[in-house]
Amino acid sequence: MMPMGARTLLRTDDRGLRLTTVGGEPGFWIDPWKTVHTAVITHAHADHARPGMGRYFCAAPCEPLLRRRVHAGADITAVPYGKSFSIGGASLSFHPSGHCLGAAQVRVETAEGVAVAAGDYKRASDPTCEPFEVVPCDEFVTEATFALPIYRWRPTAETAAELLSWWDDCAEQGKAAILFCYALGKAQRVMGELHRIMSSGGVERATEPGRSIRTHGAVEPMLAGYRELGVELPATHRVAEGDRAVGKNSPFRGSLVIAPPSAAGSAWMRRFGANADYETGFASGWMRVRGRRRRGGYDRGFVISDHADWPDLVRTCDETGATRVLCTHGSSSVLAGFLNERARERGDERFRAAVLETAYEGEGGAERAGEGEDHSSESCATEESREA
Amino acid sequence: MKRFAELFERLDRTTSTTARLAALRWYFEGEPPHDAAWGLYFLIGEKLRRLVPSKALRLWCRQRAGVDRELFAECYAAVGDSAETIALLIDAAPDGGAIESEREPEQQLMLIAPDAEERPQPDAGGLAWWVESRLESLRGLEQPRQIALIDRWTGELTSTELFLVIKMLTGAMRIGVSRTLVERALSQIAGVEQAVIAHRLSGAWTPGPGTLGRLLSPDAGEADRSRPYPFFLASPAVPPELPEGVASEVELIERELGSAEDWIAEWKWDGIRAQLIVRDGAVFLWSRGDENLTERFPEVTSAAAGLADGVLDGELLCWDHESDRPLPFGVLQRRIGRTAITPGVLRTAPAVFLAYDLLEHSGADTRERPIEDRLELLDATVRSVDHRSLRLGERFVFESWTDAETKRSESRSLGVEGLMLKRRGSVYRSGRRRGDWWKWKIDPMTIDAVLTYAQPGSGRRAGLLTDYTFAVWDGEGRSRELVTVTKAYSGLTDDEFRTIDRWLRANTLERFGPVRRVEPAQVFELAFEGVQSSERHRAGIALRFPRMKRWRTDKPAEQADTLDALRAMMQA
Repeated sequence: MMPMGARTLLRTDDRGLRLTTVGGEPGFWIDPWKTVHTAVITHAHADHARPGMGRYFCAAPCEPLLRRRVHAGADITAVPYGKSFSIGGASLSFHPSGHCLGAAQVRVETAEGVAVAAGDYKRASDPTCEPFEVVPCDEFVTEATFALPIYRWRPTAETAAELLSWWDDCAEQGKAAILFCYALGKAQRVMGELHRIMSSGGVERATEPGRSIRTHGAVEPMLAGYRELGVELPATHRVAEGDRAVGKNSPFRGSLVIAPPSAAGSAWMRRFGANADYETGFASGWMRVRGRRRRGGYDRGFVISDHADWPDLVRTCDETGATRVLCTHGSSSVLAGFLNERARERGDERFRAAVLETAYEGEGGAERAGEGEDHSSESCATEESREA
Repeated sequence: MKRFAELFERLDRTTSTTARLAALRWYFEGEPPHDAAWGLYFLIGEKLRRLVPSKALRLWCRQRAGVDRELFAECYAAVGDSAETIALLIDAAPDGGAIESEREPEQQLMLIAPDAEERPQPDAGGLAWWVESRLESLRGLEQPRQIALIDRWTGELTSTELFLVIKMLTGAMRIGVSRTLVERALSQIAGVEQAVIAHRLSGAWTPGPGTLGRLLSPDAGEADRSRPYPFFLASPAVPPELPEGVASEVELIERELGSAEDWIAEWKWDGIRAQLIVRDGAVFLWSRGDENLTERFPEVTSAAAGLADGVLDGELLCWDHESDRPLPFGVLQRRIGRTAITPGVLRTAPAVFLAYDLLEHSGADTRERPIEDRLELLDATVRSVDHRSLRLGERFVFESWTDAETKRSESRSLGVEGLMLKRRGSVYRSGRRRGDWWKWKIDPMTIDAVLTYAQPGSGRRAGLLTDYTFAVWDGEGRSRELVTVTKAYSGLTDDEFRTIDRWLRANTLERFGPVRRVEPAQVFELAFEGVQSSERHRAGIALRFPRMKRWRTDKPAEQADTLDALRAMMQA
């Protein structure tokens, strides 16, 4: 990897992402993976928001979700998007990243320039969260989960329509359609998209007799978090302990069941009866690759992701105007290599991109794709089984 | 094409056999027969003779998607399938993606306007039309014109159709249905025995408007006289790991197969399974892979020329007539690739057909007769000619399985793989049916080697590091170093692969695109069928059919095997 050459504004240490410029102890860390006194949180996924920090800063809509994630009594300062605040001489502000509700990019301004840590982000439309905002900066920390040109997402509405027609097919055959997706972000987005289709002149399927949206115990609290913040979602019913198929009689016939990926293959699935009584689907960007779909053993794969695809990653790096791009998560070396090569072809001598190693990256995200879309899958799994 | 693409999607999106069978029936019952014949052809894994070099397709794809060689390699590593990588990149390319001209100008493909529009045809758009009027029309064209046509067709295709067309252009389809399942669907539609369908599908055939009608017709019709029967395949008598509570292989075989005296044993030859067919005086030689080998083994076919009409099942081997034992498999492998059979080839790699069953005799199907009858007829048939290229194998009947095991221990020195066990009184079945034919192979050779490099696998292992390079120790003391001896891809469970994948990523020392050099710390027991000297490999040896037998988490890398140990096995 090409060395950065110039000194960067942000770097990582053993605890998290921090300012390079301060001497001694930094005033804060962004999404720290070890205990620190001050944590600035981009979003409430388990690998970005860990319990045990002295105090937390997050974007206002993130707060109820962060509380559910870390601790109800945690010291959390919620700051509205766009409003500046300062910690230890640096001026900070949150800007929507479009990843999930409350997700934010962190803009940090120092005497030496402006850096933006985007956290996880997407540019595609999402009825359940604030859209991504381009924040001009000198240094941009980008994710690279899907940084390969094979990844380009179709409009979400198309995929949602595909999902709905799968649910219809299953219902027609008297089966349950079990869709695995992340409890925070993906589940709500899928439901929000379904709600949009169903309420815009489409059939109100969720109110037809025998048709309902059922949820796994891990999904319900995060749904409640979204509803509290005024996000419109279709009615759902939690799958209760006693709900279970008995012989030909299944209470799930015609239902769409939303469950976290960790539920796949678990004892929880037994309630749905024999294999012929249900079909399974997985909503994830990884489903674009056939081999991954087959490895996961799901009947259906729906290509729907809360991360930016290749064109959006490249476009976003361009639009920020940053001359230094630090890539984390997934195919970070591919994205950095591509950006450097392109700058070289254009004769842009100032531009540099490099890989930034972080604990929430690890290509682990990519490699555990059979089970999950991103790095958060594993930590979520433990939590979800507890909540369930 | 639409219906075939839909079939592909239906098959792809379910893991249930019932649903796949239903999808196949849906396809064959509604597809026009000419199109269905091509669908069938691809479904059972047949492929078109190469039309366009895949290198040219990759170059086209890269230019169209604006992706350089390294980036393409990264994509391929994530996808694990060349045609799918191309289809995904083309599909993801910006709309109307004109071929970018700045990149690699020296390799720029010239886009030549294709000739006048193809004349519209009644069945335009169907699979048969796609193959016969479009894909086959590429044959013999200049490469730039081929690419220009493909580039233009791309716009008419959905992403699934594009993937299928690239698959047809580059090789076999592997859609995830077995040949048997396709046979079953056809058998249900036709109301004809599956074995009959299987027979009609054997051998080489070209799809045409009448193919499906013939295939599904109630009577056998005028069967192609060159056509082989479906092979009956043996199953392993002993699993890789003995079940709990079973002390030995002999004990297991005794429990499962009963008395040794009820079985006829033969050597298990390390050659190519084949059928030698003599009908109306004409001779044909077919491999199990449905390859017509008649022209490539003149010594065998001339030996058969003197035979009475019949179909012999047996093994094709290269034979050392002096020491009267088989030559190494590698010799046969090289021989089978030769189409020009020179006197030199016949001298250095002479072939024999070793017959062990008779499926047809004087025009009558003998497969339903007991094995003893078939063997008696076989012996009489083969003995009627005296030719060194046509042989009968030895047969044994043992009093006990312990005796059988003693005999089996001679295998390695005789150049065979173990014993075949065939139930007395049994008929000749088709396909891999458990019960009457078993193979009892000798244990493979094994070494403990160190994993040194890893790269992502293909197919359902896309993006997972499952293809490994292994090394053993060479030299002494300070100059002791690891030398690469082989690659291996299979033998571990999905869970093991996932665990190792995680370890490899955390312990990568260096990356070369998708290939990683990793900490040489993990030891695996590799199993293989033989060691041959090889000039192509730096270590000077090549392993035959290497696979991973066990992950030796108990063993440090320092205790892995040495190159000398491997060389010693070569002598054995």
